[in-house]
Amino acid sequence: MNSRPENLVVAAPDDGIPAGELLMDVRNVSLSFGGVKAITDISFNVRKGEIRAIIGPNGAGKTSMLNVINGFYTPQQGTIVFRGQERRSMKPHHAVRQGIARTFQNVALFKGMSTLDNIMAGRSVLMKRNLFWQMFWHGPALREEIEHREKVEEIIDFLEIEHIRRTPVGKLPYGLQKRVELGRALAMEPSLLLLDEPMAGMNLEEKEDMSRFIIDVNRQRGTTIALIEHDMGVVMDLSDRVVVLDYGKKIADDIPDVVKSDKHVIDAYLGVAH
Amino acid sequence: MLYRTVGQFKTSYHADHALFPVKQDAWLLGLILLLAFVVLPATANEFVFKALLIPVLIYALASLGLNILTGYAGQLSLGTGAFMGVGAYACYKLITIFPEMNIVVAIALSGFFSAAVGMAFGLPSLRIKGFYLAIATLAAQFFLVWLFEKWAWLYNYNSSGAIQVPTLTMFGIPVVGPNATAIVQYYFVLVVVCLITWFSINITRGRIGRIWKAVRDMDIAAELVGINLMKAKLSAFAVSSYIVGIAGALFVFLWRGAAEPVLFDIQLSFRVLFIVIIGGMGSILGNYLGAILIVALPVIISAVPRAFGLPIGSAMAEHLNTMIVGATIIGFLILEPHGLARLWAIAREKLIIWPFPH
Repeated sequence: MNSRPENLVVAAPDDGIPAGELLMDVRNVSLSFGGVKAITDISFNVRKGEIRAIIGPNGAGKTSMLNVINGFYTPQQGTIVFRGQERRSMKPHHAVRQGIARTFQNVALFKGMSTLDNIMAGRSVLMKRNLFWQMFWHGPALREEIEHREKVEEIIDFLEIEHIRRTPVGKLPYGLQKRVELGRALAMEPSLLLLDEPMAGMNLEEKEDMSRFIIDVNRQRGTTIALIEHDMGVVMDLSDRVVVLDYGKKIADDIPDVVKSDKHVIDAYLGVAH
Repeated sequence: MLYRTVGQFKTSYHADHALFPVKQDAWLLGLILLLAFVVLPATANEFVFKALLIPVLIYALASLGLNILTGYAGQLSLGTGAFMGVGAYACYKLITIFPEMNIVVAIALSGFFSAAVGMAFGLPSLRIKGFYLAIATLAAQFFLVWLFEKWAWLYNYNSSGAIQVPTLTMFGIPVVGPNATAIVQYYFVLVVVCLITWFSINITRGRIGRIWKAVRDMDIAAELVGINLMKAKLSAFAVSSYIVGIAGALFVFLWRGAAEPVLFDIQLSFRVLFIVIIGGMGSILGNYLGAILIVALPVIISAVPRAFGLPIGSAMAEHLNTMIVGATIIGFLILEPHGLARLWAIAREKLIIWPFPH
């Protein structure tokens, strides 16, 4: 909108990686649950500043892949290099500290809290003041609270959800909940933002809004985005590169135009127009 | 009309983060404080202090402690009574080992003992939740009461097995013990409760409070926004048990004057839990409303029929009390799980827009 602030405070942190260079490299990751192989030997990378899509039919291992990336699952094999650091497993809250934020396929907001508090909760990691200062709500604790409130308000402004600032998120319609969840993820100031089906269950208008937000986050804030989405129109328009999974294996990895005409991808997922 | 909030604009986040952004709320609180600090003490007699005012405050404090754990952090506990006992026994040991210690210091320190015990029994919460956690805290309840009974060191090996509160003074005025007057004790409890309430409000609306509520609402998502679940849960157990321990120390030192282990049994835990449920989970105000109801109800039941010339026996009064409290709890659980505090919130909302429907 017209009133969008020009100098964004909540931008992706400067991690010294120039745009276009490798931000994350997934190397030969395999994940299985008992005898079920969710992911088999998948490698792909994410470059700084791009929008990377992960697509594939249901059960292809897309969400599992995100769960591996943000530390929720530990892969049996393979490693992930994120911002130059190699790792196999970590606790999710460590992943957040490293700069990976995500949203969920099914909205995972804190239902009893207001929109404002939900987004503020996303900044918990960035806030430092201890119990002692919190008790008095003066001095450093209050300053910190206000400082973060300003940034959260900027996100609220950006996502155009000012009117629901004080509403408990449990009462919001689905489309707005998705937006609040994006806001909470943005509040963490991630260098990599993982979006798990950000447009699932939305109507056309909501999808257009969400696409606009994703592009703005990417362009204005410089946040790198990896997203899972089933709407092929959205995926092909938004993303810079697409990786396609099927039965836990990678079957294609290229720019949208190439992927679209790839025979394996058409067979496994896209199908042929009759 | 009186509750009109229109026109009260906030021009800075500082103003928006005030304790009471709405002017009328601040006025209302001022009125209640005036009542509590000036009007009630001036008019109340010994019986009202001992049977109503002091217990209301102490029960409200205990349920505030439990509410932080259950209502804010979502961890169910049935060990409140025992944690109160830890606070009381710790305070007793402190003032008998260090007779020179100021009673305020002793009470403040005794909270740390119950906080430590609470954290130890909160460790299972890292693995289990809901009913199973409640059972684990139930184990704490029975174990600690057993300990109060069997560990003679705790009650200084006296033959009765109970702890007796000695007379302690502050500025030459007896505050604790048989010589203390009710009005002094009332003021003492009131100040402690007000301070802890103010601290609790600040903690629950800041970063730590949001972390607790996030864990309560969806612990997996909380972890994925970077919250360390272990720290969040244990800090809730610590803060909650600290407050509960203080309440326990006040319970014995400023109200009962003596205590035996059975005082801290499961009945007390349930009583505090009922206050939380009736008052409202996750509300600070609710603790007071619930405590007023639970403490005042038996007094009303025995006093009102007498005033109408219908004397009822004490056994009958007790049965009536049990029935009414039970029915109230069931009623609230079904009709308004957020308790009296939510009823007030709804009423306030309606007042703000009155006389218009919305």
